[in-house]
Amino acid sequence: MENTPGQRHLVMGNEAISRGILEAGVQVAAAYPGTPSSEIIEVLSQVAARRHMYTEWSVNEKVALEVAAAASFAGLRAVAVMKQVGMNVAADFLLHVALRGIRGGLVLISCEDPGGLSSTNEGESRPYAKMMEFPLLEPGDFQEAKDMTRWAFDLSERLGSIVMVRSVTRLSHASGNVTFGQLPEDRPTADFNFNGAMLDPDTGPMINLPGPVTIIHRRQQEKMARAAALFETSPFNRYDGPERPELLVITASACQLYCREAIEILGLEQRVGLLKLGTTWPLPIQLLQRHLALCRRILVVEEVLPFLEENLQAFAARAAARIGIKQFFGKNDGALPSTGELNPDLVMAALSRILDIAPMGRDDAYRRRAEAIFAKGAPPRELTFCPGCPHRASFWGIHNALAMDNRRGFVSGDIGCYSLAALPCGFESLKTLHAMGSGLGMASGFGKLSPFGFDQPVIAVCGDSTFYHAVMPALVNAIHNDANVTLVVLDNSGTAMTGFQAHPGLAVNALGETVPTVEIPDLCRAMGAKVRVCDPFDLPVTQNTLLEMLDDPQGVNVLVLRQICALSPEKKGKKRYDMAVDPQICRADDCGCNRFCTRIFRCPGLGYDPQKGTARIDEVICAGCGVCADICPSGAIERKQRS
Amino acid sequence: MNPANPLQHNPYNLIITGVGGQGNVLASRMVGDMMSQLGYDVIIGETFGASQRGGSVMSHLRITAKGVYSPQIPFGSAHMVVALEPSEALRVLKDYGNPHVRVICNTRPVQPVGVIRGDLDYPDMADLRRWVRELSGAAWFIQATDMAMKLGNPILANVISVGALAATGALPLSRDHFENVIGRKMAAGKIEMNLQAFDAGVAMIRSAG
Repeated sequence: MENTPGQRHLVMGNEAISRGILEAGVQVAAAYPGTPSSEIIEVLSQVAARRHMYTEWSVNEKVALEVAAAASFAGLRAVAVMKQVGMNVAADFLLHVALRGIRGGLVLISCEDPGGLSSTNEGESRPYAKMMEFPLLEPGDFQEAKDMTRWAFDLSERLGSIVMVRSVTRLSHASGNVTFGQLPEDRPTADFNFNGAMLDPDTGPMINLPGPVTIIHRRQQEKMARAAALFETSPFNRYDGPERPELLVITASACQLYCREAIEILGLEQRVGLLKLGTTWPLPIQLLQRHLALCRRILVVEEVLPFLEENLQAFAARAAARIGIKQFFGKNDGALPSTGELNPDLVMAALSRILDIAPMGRDDAYRRRAEAIFAKGAPPRELTFCPGCPHRASFWGIHNALAMDNRRGFVSGDIGCYSLAALPCGFESLKTLHAMGSGLGMASGFGKLSPFGFDQPVIAVCGDSTFYHAVMPALVNAIHNDANVTLVVLDNSGTAMTGFQAHPGLAVNALGETVPTVEIPDLCRAMGAKVRVCDPFDLPVTQNTLLEMLDDPQGVNVLVLRQICALSPEKKGKKRYDMAVDPQICRADDCGCNRFCTRIFRCPGLGYDPQKGTARIDEVICAGCGVCADICPSGAIERKQRS
Repeated sequence: MNPANPLQHNPYNLIITGVGGQGNVLASRMVGDMMSQLGYDVIIGETFGASQRGGSVMSHLRITAKGVYSPQIPFGSAHMVVALEPSEALRVLKDYGNPHVRVICNTRPVQPVGVIRGDLDYPDMADLRRWVRELSGAAWFIQATDMAMKLGNPILANVISVGALAATGALPLSRDHFENVIGRKMAAGKIEMNLQAFDAGVAMIRSAG
């Protein structure tokens, strides 16, 4: 990642973005991890020391953007990275930094997830660029992911504005060939200049105050006008196609690859024009006017909301006297689905319908036969906790405690691997699941409903990283407002879902340096909660502790369930126990347990052997955690300590 | 830079599929790196994240003399499917198969939770073989996981499958390319075992005739 300018490498979209950041000479990079964005900071962290760079896993996305902005105010180039949901966390600060402006180049990278492949939503953040008035770039392939990221810092400094680069899963987590550029060697020093006049953009304090708001806002709009003018000639906006196409396709981001392939497969190169935009806000008006004038029919292909489509429609209406009346196809008329990811087939279908040509069908007999075979031959794979996952044991304890308590108690869920506890693998324990930190926020609300007849106990769960990100304010709220709730912190020693990034509970940071820890139990006690710490693999203690907490009629109890993630580098591939089923004891269906281990506990390392009529351990899959030995009512599962 | 050995299709569409945790992403990256070093342009589309937790995983490789293609292969357009898990082969063929597609299929099932629970049935291997043959132009069945366990680690089934892919001759992949690629990315202590796994995959296809 560090050298070889001029050479071509097969890299992930996120690695290409990291290379662009390095080529821009960025010195501070901060982020909160989230799929599909996490690799960007990981790659930078590996080379940070040698590139004289500071990288940070910040406590959340708003703080990450503030950390990056501080470096910008001190004259350095800086970047903040997040996924689409993090944009909402950062949005409050973003509004203000967009308004006031920046000094060193400041870029916000948002990696978004159309279709929600690894997210609980498919929200997008392009509308922020319009709403908060800052420039938006969308790379259309891997080379552009690098080149555009690098250019974004030049643009930011030229305008004095934060710039957003938006990627999507199909770029960030896809790979392609990229030719690397030069890495800069000069290293500016950091200095925050604040002695100039109040509103001086280069020497004054960086302050937003009531009063001069409209003056600063007008400046911001002038920056946007300059950005639009620059975008008119940007090489990231390209047209391919005939001089007078029958249909003009306007697209951006990964969708441009789907459009190109669809046009090629259908052989429409002479009929359809493709205008691929890389600068998607503010719109380059002259360029659009030239291309819209060529053709009456326009298809807009984008993910997910009709952002370009509606802004192009508004522009076409304003320009109708010059360019004529246009007919738009896209999300609003149903030419393309309004939800989910797009792909070459969906674009082909839209092109076929609009141009009234025969769709490219698959071999129909083959497709029908393949579907029939699939229906009987490929049982669905519902998501589950990994073998040896502490969450399976934790939710086993929570599920049993709530069942024994018998007051229709439930779990208010949060964001992480443990979100899967809404599914059978977590015994369908979660009954609410929304944003980061919402589990305890919701529980705090439920815990105040007793005057209205509410008598169900509520357990909120959160992960260790989530605790720092957004649960702490909810905990203060619950304690201060005397809500009667139990918080279970599922502490698996890292941000496990996204790849074990460090968080404030660990004595190490993104750069691998030793740093002070902020301990969750200490924090909770200091706030006034009643705190216990257990190993979730100790099922009886966990369950009894939870029952005591549920019985407590007053205040906030916190149970920290501490056990390292089974996939963590410390643990992965290291079995603690060799597990075996004693066929003399296990009688499966004859036992009366109703195959308890596989039917109810459902660890993927367990199986049922119908020939022998006993449970069995799948030695390839079993992680050797030993928990299932405690759940077998007959004691038929044995654990043997490994030497 | 353009290699002498041309592609059978341009782009050549390869899908590597399996279940989260089987080393699918690494296998696709190895094949991609080998082809990229030969001078081809490679695009790899991957689905991971939530799907790592017991779900189906799929990598789409587009290998082309020159250019960028969609990281999602169009439906019905796969030329080769490498399945690290047998029922996953059927899941891929449903959307991306065609009468000419070729399939390399590891025969070791990873049972879905619904099967472990007893709510769903996992098909017999004999049926799986018959169906994969019916839905493909050519199919190879390999005991990759069993061999990997003999070599010391079940995860090596992915490398064995890469060796098998090389031995089919579908792409100009060789042992030297493989050694070159893993030599750059892997700890020295692991290289020998990976080479053994690659060779084992090659031998499986050769002995299958």
